[in-house]
Amino acid sequence: MAGQNAVELTVNGVPYPVTISTDRTLSTVLRNELGLTGTKEGCDDCECGACMVLLDGQPINSCSYLAAQAQGRDITTVEGLADGAELHPLQRNILATGGVQCGFCTPGMLMSAAALLAENPDPTDEEVRLGLSGNLCRCTGYARILSAVSATAVELRAD
Amino acid sequence: MTLTIATSLDQVLAGLAAGARPIAGGTDLVVGARQRKASMPETLVAIDRLEELAQIDADKTHTSIGSGVTHARLMTNEVVVNNFTAIADAAALVGSPATRNVGTLGGNVMNGSPAMDTGAPLVVLGAVVELASVEGNRTLSLDELWMGPGTTSARSHELCTALVIPNPEERSGSAYVRLEYRRAMEIAVVGAAANIVLDGDGSVASARVALTAVAPTIVEVEGLDDLAGLSPTEAATRAEAASAEQATPISDLRASDRYRRHTIGVMARRAVDAAARRAAGEEIAVPVNRALGIGAS
Repeated sequence: MAGQNAVELTVNGVPYPVTISTDRTLSTVLRNELGLTGTKEGCDDCECGACMVLLDGQPINSCSYLAAQAQGRDITTVEGLADGAELHPLQRNILATGGVQCGFCTPGMLMSAAALLAENPDPTDEEVRLGLSGNLCRCTGYARILSAVSATAVELRAD
Repeated sequence: MTLTIATSLDQVLAGLAAGARPIAGGTDLVVGARQRKASMPETLVAIDRLEELAQIDADKTHTSIGSGVTHARLMTNEVVVNNFTAIADAAALVGSPATRNVGTLGGNVMNGSPAMDTGAPLVVLGAVVELASVEGNRTLSLDELWMGPGTTSARSHELCTALVIPNPEERSGSAYVRLEYRRAMEIAVVGAAANIVLDGDGSVASARVALTAVAPTIVEVEGLDDLAGLSPTEAATRAEAASAEQATPISDLRASDRYRRHTIGVMARRAVDAAARRAAGEEIAVPVNRALGIGAS
């Protein structure tokens, strides 16, 4: 049996004290202990990117990252994107372009895109593709997701 | 199961001596445990916050790349991109941005996969591996380190702290090319790295080629000493033939042994060609797979 550890995770700026076994992955703790179910588990094998969250601003696959290892770092999930009731421009644009169909990949896509735009406010189409290359979508064919990211980049640069 | 987030190398080495296993990004360890390739170790010590493992230090003769340097840093670090370009080519192909943000050079090397992307570049660049333990430090060649698929000669209480590489010669260039079915979250079908030094007249002074995923470990192609004096094109043709002849691949999910034997020579030729062009001063962006549109099946 895995030992229980008391750890504190900082998610979207909020500290969460939790007692978890050490072998728990970050995605299961976010979803099942903290109730932050925006982060999805797809393949659970580091392939699909549905579980993407940011660790100190960098995208990681939370299905394959031990929650206990994230202590003391800033975790950002899709719940941390919106400003209260106001959607993040990425969220607004992905809805407007039709980049959401079943929606399962959307949180992961948004987190990869948010990290990309934070680092590179003016990405080329190729850089957008590269930034989202760890995220699979089985509905949209990607084109509308890519255009939502590019439209958001233009919007954010104009602000 | 317990996990300690280490704050010093001594703490890590003491932990390993007491039976703990190291974890950096966990991209092999955690996924492997879930796929039931290996169970999770009972005691883990996290090494990803140790600054001393994340350094890239060059002196007059050698460059030391810490085992904790991530693939994301390898593919963009100026020293690596300029002097050890094949490593940057390889790091840029590993997994996805998420994998590269937490996956490390040390993890890639010590997991000992014959399909590891950074392995062949390290071989052709003449890297050695530094191991530390409570008993002291030792240095091994990569040939001495890798014993077979997923097996190394490192003892369980030893930690890889750095890869140490001789600084590049004048008029040298390196490249890593891999055959892939898709452009992200891929494991090399086969791959090849080359390190080429040119003479002042543009002919080959020396050539080293190593191969990915065609043998139980990364292997260096033998018998390339007599490439000296040939043109890069002639050298590439010779490296192609030698690579195809020396490969001893298996069949698995990614490819049949026959397909691997058929394609490994092509990858070797492309790696030699790109390395020679870089040695001649041509700027070819990292990764060469994307810059030249090569490597896709």
